[in-house]
Order: sequence, then C-alpha cells, then structure tokens
Amino acid sequence: MSTTRAANPILHLLARLGAAVLGTFAAVGRLTLFTLSTFRHILTPPFYSREFFHALMNVGYLSLPVVGLTALFTGGALALQIYAGGARFSAEQVVPQIVALGVVRELGPVMVGLMMAARVTSSIAAEIATMKVTEQIDALVTLSTNPMKYLAAPRVLAGLLTVPFLVAVGDTVGVFGGWFVSIKSLDFNSATYLKNTIDFLEMPDIVSSLVKGAAFGVIATLMGCYFGMNSGRGAQGVGQATKSSVVAAAVLILAANFLLTQAFFAA
Amino acid sequence: MITLTDVHKSFGAKQILRGVNLTVERGESCVIIGGSGTGKSVMLKCILGLVTPDRGTITVDGEEVTASGDRDAFLARFGMLFQGSALFDSLPVWQNVAFRLLRGSLKRPRHEAREIAIEKLRRVGLSPDVADQFPAELSGGMQKRVGLARAIAADPEIIFFDEPTTGLDPIMAGVINELIREIVVEMGATALTITHDMTSVRAIADKVAMLHGGKIRWHGPVAQLDVAEDPYLTQFITGSAHGPIETVR
Ligand SMILES: Nc1ncnc2c1ncn2[C@@H]1O[C@H](COP(=O)(O)OP(=O)(O)OP(=O)(O)O)[C@@H](O)[C@H]1O
Ligand SMILES: [Mg+2]
Repeated sequence: MSTTRAANPILHLLARLGAAVLGTFAAVGRLTLFTLSTFRHILTPPFYSREFFHALMNVGYLSLPVVGLTALFTGGALALQIYAGGARFSAEQVVPQIVALGVVRELGPVMVGLMMAARVTSSIAAEIATMKVTEQIDALVTLSTNPMKYLAAPRVLAGLLTVPFLVAVGDTVGVFGGWFVSIKSLDFNSATYLKNTIDFLEMPDIVSSLVKGAAFGVIATLMGCYFGMNSGRGAQGVGQATKSSVVAAAVLILAANFLLTQAFFAA
Repeated sequence: MITLTDVHKSFGAKQILRGVNLTVERGESCVIIGGSGTGKSVMLKCILGLVTPDRGTITVDGEEVTASGDRDAFLARFGMLFQGSALFDSLPVWQNVAFRLLRGSLKRPRHEAREIAIEKLRRVGLSPDVADQFPAELSGGMQKRVGLARAIAADPEIIFFDEPTTGLDPIMAGVINELIREIVVEMGATALTITHDMTSVRAIADKVAMLHGGKIRWHGPVAQLDVAEDPYLTQFITGSAHGPIETVR
C-alpha cells in the first residue's frame, strides 16, 4: 500500500476520493432504509403508547419555553432591522408585513428546527447511544421488543406531530415580539400593526410554515435515533454519536428548508 | 436442545470463535467456563442472534436461529441475564423485571405484573422496597439480581446467565446458585451459564464446557471435572498461574 502511494500519489488521491464517495452513498442508503423502517413501524402494531406519550412531552411540551424565547427575541430583532433598513429608502411602514412574512415563512420554522436539533436530537442520540453501549438495546431484543418500534417510532411520530404545533407557537410569539418592539420603541400604532399583519399573511404562508415544522420534526428526531442506534463503543462513542446527530440534523434541516421554500414559493 | 456447529466469529482481524461445537440438551444445566476475553459472552449473543456468526450453524430444537421466522416469538422462549445487567435506567425496578409482562404477547394487567415482579425480586433476595427505585440507585450486586429477576420473570424455557454471581457476597451467591438449580430442576428449564466461580460451577452444572482458543477445549459431566486429564482444564479449575494457558492475553 505505502509503495503504491509513494509511486502514484494521483492514484492514491483518486482512491481516497472514491472511498469517500462510496462511503457517502452507503450512508445515504443506510439512512433511507432506517427512515423507511421507522415509518413502517409507526404504521404497524404493536404501538407503545406510554413511550409515545413520553416523547410527546419531551419533544413538544418541554420545548415550549425555549421555542417561545428564541422566537420572541428573533421577532423583536427582525422588527428593529427592518425598520432601520427600511428607513434608508423611507419604507419604515413595511415592518409589520415583513416581520410577518419573515417569521412565518422562514425564521419561525428554521429557529424551531434548529432548537429541536439542539434540544431534542442531542438528547435522543445521547440516550439511545447510552442504551446501546450498556447493552440495553440488546436486552430489548431479548425481551421480544423491537428497538425500532419501541425507541424510534414513538419519538419520530412525536416529532412529526408536535413540531408543527411548536412552529405555530413560534410564529405567533415571533410576530408578537416584532409587534412589541414596534409599538414600544418604533412608535407604531398597535391596532394598525396587527391589522397589517393579519391582512398581509396568506394561507400558503401558514401552511408552508407548518409543513416545514413537520419535516424538521421528523429530521430532528430521526437523526437522534439513527446516530444513537449506530453509536460506537464506550463514552467516546456516545459523545461522537451525539455530536454527529446534531450536526447532521442542523444541516439537513437547513437544506430541507431551502428545498421546501423552493417548492412552495419559487413558482 | 441447542446445537452449535462449527461457529466462527471475528471482530475485524481478531478471531474470537474458531469453530465452536456444543450441544445442550433440553432441561440440562450447562456451564461455560474459560478465560476472560475468550468469547463466552459473544457465544451466547450468537445463540440469541444479537451477534451474527461469520460461519457455522446454530439451531434451537432443530430450528436455525438465523432463519427469518418470527423473531419475537422465538425470543419469547428465552431469558437472558447480561454480564453488565443492562437494566433500562428510565424505568423503575419493577417495570424492568415485569418488562415482558407489560407489553407484547405475554401482557397482563398492571397490578398483576407488579405482583409477579415483586415475587421474582423476593426470589433473588431483594425486598419489595426496591421495586419502586431506579436501577441507578442500586449497588452493582443488586442490579445484577434485578437483571436475574428480569430474566426469569416470564418463566422462560431457556435461560442464559452471563456471570450471575459476579459481584455478589458469598451468601447471596449461594442463594442465586440455589435459585438457578431450582429453575432447572423444578421448571425443567434449559440453562446455559457463564461463570468464573468454581463453587457456582459445582453447584449448578450438569455439564461443563470450557472455551479456549476459540473452541470448546473440554466438555463433560461436572463429576468428571476433577478427574479429567486436560492440562488446560486442570490449570483453569485450580487457578494456577503456571500451565499451558497464557497469562497475558
Ligand atoms: N461488538 C464487539 N466489537 C468488537 N469486539 C468485540 C465485540 N464484542 C466482543 N468483542 C471482543 O471479543 C472478545 C471476547 O469478548 P467476550 O465478551 O465474549 O469475552 P468473555 O469470554 O465473555 O470474557 P469475560 O469473562 O471477561 O466476560 C473480546 O476480546 C472483545 O474485545
Ligand atoms: Mg463475558
């Protein structure tokens, strides 16, 4: 090996490149199979309602504070930016419309998605990876319980169902943040601001926001499960799995956001 | 009846099992001994299908374990105590023990499952107070006994114990040895136990098999353990530092 490397560096480079490409395809294939298997388990009995309920609490309800806070600050900052930017060509009055559009179409879902990656993906990956390294997953199998059905299915279903709801909350709070800053420090009239917001938003804006939420919820929970179940050995394996899951979830959420935005609005 | 024929398993370049042949009859208590790291735990996991052998066949009552039949039904006949207990740390002790009884084909009413769990805990020498504690709150030896209670909770036909008495005090070890013997004799279960504890071997085994160098080096009835003329076996059971078995491995 080392002789061919010395003799032909170009060949070596090509081999490395080929291996990387093959590795990527293999990973995509594995992830696709994992996704299909998860959805098959979501749709077929037995259903573990207790696990599902826990997942609902963890993914949905307990994420509300962090979603609310990030949306509030983001909406407020957006209002300030648009006001300052709009002032450059005397268009300060568009603040309500642009805040509504920016928050509902983009920032709401993206912020919630990234918060899911930070909060939910990491905890799922660390939990499942720890179960893997302490043989708890093997123990599940010996107790006639399919780990995909018991661990992955309830979490991914909870992500699919609750994250649109979180996005709705995030959108509302984000718009409220913009409104609050606008009437407190930018001298907007409260009633006019709200009227402009409501009149401006259209159904596709809201639907796209919720669809993005569902997609990001699936991505965030699925990445946690996937990297957790494929964790390496020991504490290092758990750390690595957690890190990879968060990175993968964040990147995939942003990529999916782009694709969904294109699908909805690039007519 | 469990039969392993020419089972091979490597992890990377490291060959662990190199052609294991072993038969365990129904209702028999077989004990596996052998040095640390020789692949005893891997062998059990191969039988359960948690690890796929590279080569060879494993059958349980004539049915191949890798055959893609109903895995859950197949595994419902087994109980397994893992070497590291492998308790679910998100569930209280009693739900760990009653795991099988709370879901799936063996599901029962919750209060009934709890009663059975408490009874099984009592059999492994744990008082009902531990039922509502979490595994992380227990000592290592207590966790091991909870694992044991979980393995026997659904009265399986075939039970695997990976070092059931490791980390227990001598009295508790005696209790567990007696329990395993009882399960085999009274319930007619087939037991496959890994242990390093020679007292335990003599207390629970009908048959002993020694794994060394990736193969079954010696096997025979427990009564022949002391008269067997295998230098490896003799070194192992006498615990001598001198003999054919390498001490650095
Ligand atoms: N999943 C795995 N990946 C890589 N190597 C493994 C894996 N499982 C086991 N091994 C290796 O296989 C060898 C045998 O392990 P095993 O746990 O079966 O030993 P053992 O005989 O049970 O030892 P002990 O008595 O100490 O429990 C060890 O060298 C271990 O490092
Ligand atoms: Mg072992």
